[in-house]
Amino acid sequence: MKPTDTSNPDYFHKVVDCQWACPAHTDVPGYIRLIAQGEFSDAYMLNRKSNVFPGILGRVCDRPCEPACRRGRVEDKAVAICRLKRVAADHRDDIVDRLPKKPEKTNGNKVALLGAGCASLAVANDLLPMGYEVTIFEALGTTGGLMRTNIPQFRLPPKVLDEEINYILDMGADLRLNHRIESMKDLLDNGGFDAIFVGTGAPRGKELELPGRWDSENVHIGIDWLESVAFEHTKEIGANVLIIGVGNTAMDCCRTSLRLGAKDVKVMARKPRGFFKASEWELEDAEEENVEILVNHSPKEFVVENGKLVGMKFDQMEYNIDEDGRIDRGKSTGVITIPCSDVIVAIGQDNAFPWIERDIGIEFNEWDCPEVDKTTFMCSREGVFFGGDAAWGPENIIWAVAHGHEAAISIHKYCNGQSLADRLPRGVNLSSQKMGIHEWSFSNDYDAAERRIMPHVDLKERFKKLDIEVELGFTAEQAIQEVERCLNCDIQTVFVEKLCIECDACIDVCPVNCLTITEDGEEEDLRTRLSAPAENLEQDLYVSDILPQTGRVMVKDEDLCVHCSLCAERCPTGAWDMQKSDVLIPHVKDEIEADQPKRVSVGG
Amino acid sequence: MSYIAKPKVTHPKMPRNKLGLTVRDYEGGVSTLCAGCGHDSITAAIIQAVFELGIEPHKLAKMSGIGCSSKTPAYFVSQSHGFNSVHGRMASVTTGGNAANHDLTYIGVSGDGDSLSIGMGQFAHVIRRNLNMCYIIENNGVYGLTKGQYSASADVGSVAKKAQPNRQMPIDPVSTAIGLGATYIARGFSGDKQQLVPLIKGALMHQGFALLDVISPCVTFNDNEGSTKSYAHTRQHFHHVIDADYIAPSEEIVAAYDEGEAMPIQMHDGSKIVFRKVNEDYDPTSRAAAFSFLRDSVNHGEIITGLLYIDESTGDMHSDASTVETPLSQVPYADLNPGSEKLAALMDRYR
Repeated sequence: MKPTDTSNPDYFHKVVDCQWACPAHTDVPGYIRLIAQGEFSDAYMLNRKSNVFPGILGRVCDRPCEPACRRGRVEDKAVAICRLKRVAADHRDDIVDRLPKKPEKTNGNKVALLGAGCASLAVANDLLPMGYEVTIFEALGTTGGLMRTNIPQFRLPPKVLDEEINYILDMGADLRLNHRIESMKDLLDNGGFDAIFVGTGAPRGKELELPGRWDSENVHIGIDWLESVAFEHTKEIGANVLIIGVGNTAMDCCRTSLRLGAKDVKVMARKPRGFFKASEWELEDAEEENVEILVNHSPKEFVVENGKLVGMKFDQMEYNIDEDGRIDRGKSTGVITIPCSDVIVAIGQDNAFPWIERDIGIEFNEWDCPEVDKTTFMCSREGVFFGGDAAWGPENIIWAVAHGHEAAISIHKYCNGQSLADRLPRGVNLSSQKMGIHEWSFSNDYDAAERRIMPHVDLKERFKKLDIEVELGFTAEQAIQEVERCLNCDIQTVFVEKLCIECDACIDVCPVNCLTITEDGEEEDLRTRLSAPAENLEQDLYVSDILPQTGRVMVKDEDLCVHCSLCAERCPTGAWDMQKSDVLIPHVKDEIEADQPKRVSVGG
Repeated sequence: MSYIAKPKVTHPKMPRNKLGLTVRDYEGGVSTLCAGCGHDSITAAIIQAVFELGIEPHKLAKMSGIGCSSKTPAYFVSQSHGFNSVHGRMASVTTGGNAANHDLTYIGVSGDGDSLSIGMGQFAHVIRRNLNMCYIIENNGVYGLTKGQYSASADVGSVAKKAQPNRQMPIDPVSTAIGLGATYIARGFSGDKQQLVPLIKGALMHQGFALLDVISPCVTFNDNEGSTKSYAHTRQHFHHVIDADYIAPSEEIVAAYDEGEAMPIQMHDGSKIVFRKVNEDYDPTSRAAAFSFLRDSVNHGEIITGLLYIDESTGDMHSDASTVETPLSQVPYADLNPGSEKLAALMDRYR
């Protein structure tokens, strides 16, 4: 095998599974260590740098980091990364002084952001401190987009939203509420903007066109209904509610129904468990509130009698699941009618751009969505950018933030006449963490503690009002226990072959048997000759160059390394070292700094 | 030594032996030896061998004397029996232990100082008795624990760290054991576990005295240029003469050996040692051939490794003494000690 090229910034980045999985590449182990040191404000600021909304995301992020967490492979439960983010937000001091400031003079470039949701706000966050004049157009009377209208207050309190959105608006954004853009052509022709960013989300809930759909007023579309609840237009619901769909919106709908007076809420799933779209933890939270999830029920017909919804008919389904876990289309084994007073349809969302004329150079694809470049986020018309759900359909907040950072770079380059494709590459810095002969700058011992359980408000209490936040957040003491579970995957094991005397000390001491010295070979063959089974092909092998004494190679299977540093401690020659990898993900600020001529200091 | 203990966390897919244990279940305490010490690798090889043989930890007795080597039984199979004896007296204490309870598997770990200087007499006599044990000499040519003076196994001309070259003739434990009549004699190298683990397995299962001389570099005092017991020197000069695989009674001999290349030797318990002939002229069942081959190799500056001699035909101490099947420790006291009347009657026969 070719020796591993660790100068490729992606190599060590990939070892930090959580950071690699995070679309915005949040430095997770970095902020977890800051929490461990009690530096909550620093942890908050480190988060904010990449994900912009630590308080919000610490509550409602879809947390792609947690399924990726190495701890989840070593044991079975990942580190509670998301809730530790909330710890940083909950326990921080006032950090307003540490936020970027709008410069005294603007740079004269005017940028319009459409929609005041997470994507547009992330763009504003990056452009305002760089001197851009940013105008945000929002159709509704309030900011936040789906974060405010679709996420119930018992999961995300408005105070948290306002605080973090205001950090951005206070940098000097020109916010125009209740200002729906009705014509893109008009905005392009008469708006006077140098660039336009579309962050309008995926605002249209999918319809369920079945017999009886339009015969009753008690059939609701999930995201519209949640919005109506958020704005207090809807204050109650009937006693028996059926939710169609098992995505995260469905989970919010069923739990909200319980708070508006529903006595019995059933979530109707077309497929068996394991094929649900909702995240495992959102299912858990709903089931804790006694929501019943019925599987293998495919909606067939709304039953309306005398203009009143009385039930819904379902096909009872049977499926075959093949060896690879794929499910077939299934067949109906009978029909059942389940009585209900209301039905909420939460089966997905679509993008909708009725306000973008089709003859202004913005090309649309076969799904009636704009063609958007995956790197630059620009559509076929120069100067118009898309991000968040508006770009490629529904994702989640953290993706929108990641889009925002990248789109901001494109907007900056576009406004300065630079090539949009010519972007700073990612980088990585390594620094040794050795503090003494067997002493490291980080807590390297493996802590066998189990994942802390998030304390919840009592089941009776929480339904009294719509805005009682269910999760209480970790106390500082609980957080201290949880942070020790982090394996510090960013503290890399770095190997220098020319120092190795092949004494086997590292191999013998490794608790998870991830090291082997063996004859070189191709990866497929090498994986069969290692100290322990190396079956996780998504995890790389770190292969050294030829070792000086025997011509064999050192192979490390990155999969289960717990970063305990014992290999480096037992190495007599320092061939192994523990080095912290700082992954550098360029933002607009870095692009601008890289453009500036290097200052040369003269004299003493 | 390290500040943290080896974490208890394990690879979830570690193989298990016939007892359902993983190799981690055969570990001991954290080593306090220098980082990179050859002894730690031998410890790992012992753990691997005992794990693969599926020896029940409570059926193992680990014995040692004094020295860096003799500390190592603390670092493997912590649930077994152990005796850390007086300097050089490991062989004698093991003889006593084995006399009383031959049901245990005895593994003695000693060093070049413990065996070839202060314990030379004990070493010779335990061979003479063909005690059923695996005797490992962790051989590094220096007294590491007292800061690196030459030991009795240091080669002429070898240079330890910050020392003048050694002038005294070495005692070679392997030729000595051949001369004294040991019945299983092997030499290994701590840096080659592929060879070492089967040698230890064979030694543990051999019915009689098994000597394993293992070159084990002292990273602190004897791993420098000029040393003949450094990692680099050993790697340059060591030769596999006859590699051997241990095949348990329950296992089939895998047909990975070419006809004529493999030579199986039946052991007492039904298991087999299969020799792989690396050097075709070598006969591991001839004491004379082994001795002359060793003498020649010394003259060529070669370090000969592998299973150098084996004799499965002789009996161990218990069969020579015609002791009962039951371990003496389990024989009722009344049978062991018939009483003063019986003694008096016996004595009367000689009056």
